[in-house]
Amino acid sequence: MLKRIVYGVCGAAIVGLGIFSIYAWHPAIDPVVPTQTDYSPQVIEQGKILAAAGYCSTCHTPPGGTAYAGNYEMHTDFGTIYSSNITPDLETGIGGWSQAAFARAMRTGVSRDGHHLLPAFPFEHFNKMTDDDINAIYAYIMTSVPAVNQVKKDNGIPFPLNIRWFQAGWKLLFADTQAFEVNSKQSAEWNRGAYLAEGIAHCGACHTPRNALGGEKYDQMYQGAAIDGWIAPSLTSTSTSPIPWRAQDFYEYLTTGNSPYHGSAAGPMAPVMHKGLSALPDSDIEAISGYFAEIARTNNTDDPDSSSTLQAAIAAQHQQPDQRIDEGARLYATACQACHYNSDQLVKGRPLITIGSATHLNDPTNLINVILDGVRSDQGISGVVMPGFRDALSDEDITAIAAYLRQAAGENTWPKLQQQVGEIRNQPRFEH
Amino acid sequence: MAKFILNGKPMTADVESDTPLLWVIRDELDMTGTKFGCGIGTCGACTVHVGGRATRSCITPISSVEGAEITTIEGLSEKGDHPLQISWQKLQVPQCGYCQSGQIMQAAALLKDIPEPSDKDIDAVMGGNLCRCMTYVRIRGAIHEAANAIKENNDEQNA
Repeated sequence: MLKRIVYGVCGAAIVGLGIFSIYAWHPAIDPVVPTQTDYSPQVIEQGKILAAAGYCSTCHTPPGGTAYAGNYEMHTDFGTIYSSNITPDLETGIGGWSQAAFARAMRTGVSRDGHHLLPAFPFEHFNKMTDDDINAIYAYIMTSVPAVNQVKKDNGIPFPLNIRWFQAGWKLLFADTQAFEVNSKQSAEWNRGAYLAEGIAHCGACHTPRNALGGEKYDQMYQGAAIDGWIAPSLTSTSTSPIPWRAQDFYEYLTTGNSPYHGSAAGPMAPVMHKGLSALPDSDIEAISGYFAEIARTNNTDDPDSSSTLQAAIAAQHQQPDQRIDEGARLYATACQACHYNSDQLVKGRPLITIGSATHLNDPTNLINVILDGVRSDQGISGVVMPGFRDALSDEDITAIAAYLRQAAGENTWPKLQQQVGEIRNQPRFEH
Repeated sequence: MAKFILNGKPMTADVESDTPLLWVIRDELDMTGTKFGCGIGTCGACTVHVGGRATRSCITPISSVEGAEITTIEGLSEKGDHPLQISWQKLQVPQCGYCQSGQIMQAAALLKDIPEPSDKDIDAVMGGNLCRCMTYVRIRGAIHEAANAIKENNDEQNA
């Protein structure tokens, strides 16, 4: 009897493995020398816009490196990985990829030679795109991106996680393989926003929390997550922002890099809007803004300037705290208040930190990051800079300022704040 | 190599990316109106404008101002007749004068955002600019004076 059970289990395992192998196995698509170069200028231009809106170059270009040539370093929980060369170089890039091979990679995360790509490449989002849009990106890369001969560095992912067949299992368990579906209950504009946000712009890749194996938790879509040493805040009704995000706030944020009621696009969000979404026409940004306003369920159109929350926050700055006894208040008055102060009206470019998203998140990471390294001219509001205090203020100083702001914002203290300041100071930086 | 616009002119600086903007302005470009004070962004002597906003140049790495428009005290007005520079002379604000370029640059940014500042507004915004000669009362007076001059000038233009 026992023998039968053992045979049965082994047999089932072998059959299961066999079926999985068939599922996991993908044929190589023969390399081709692409001959088609007669794409219409409109198609190439559309591909260029979409490649920007998908931030392809952000992850496929290291700081100071050649665009799209790969080897951008990413630190993941599973090890360090390097992005691929996606220039049309025949030997080291995707120059030998047919349109079908490119589309398969974009939709299913399988490389031309049949090996599974790692899910840092957000193929499950790109799969939401139409064939025309994917083909337009292909046309743009093949005709307009200069070929660069640069070999991809080896990933630092330890055995057995580096066995690529496991990715097939990962996809089976975690990847959303559904095509984009039009929601007939929503407007055409909302659907356009959803198509862009869920597809090419892959907003959920950062803003949706992931499980222990890195799969997006679709039942918590856009509820915020830690990514690349920052917090991508919740975009849903679980947002801790004291002033609700309206469609026009999303629009202002995505077009200028800053919403006066919420904060600036810093860290990994900066290239998203400055190098990415800025390529899209205004109507598309409006569509994305409307989509997220609906997700945030802030259908109110009240003017935040008349909100009692904002008025109270502005008034609170005018009551000078006792700077002789509160070190954080004293440091804030000296190092921050020259810019972060408003008279009776909120001025764009004078961020009121006590209402800013970073101060109200449950995690101090974003606030500490900005105090340490500031905001460069190509982040936040274009051409405006916040200096970084990394070499000027100690962990104790930064902790005192952050604790003061948190308290002034009416929120509970962040536990282990000073420890986190020290950790964040020493963590690897993701440079874009 | 960093590229930026300084007082309206395109500039390049061949320095390490973490070089403070203040060092580039003073040592590479020989513009010494902007002063070195504390070196940790808490005294205001090194204040310049980046993108029209008062910025402490001693803790601003040159890499972060790529492509930005920078104005120093030398570029605040062509003939040195910004309303603040006039009121500064009229009220004889400076004593030793070391902090004054930072004070004026900070005050100019203040008046752009808050054209009619109260004493409290001035204290809050100017609180990060230290004056070891303690001329704070005259600094405040000169800012009010300049605010009035700007307002009168605007009223005349609109009349």
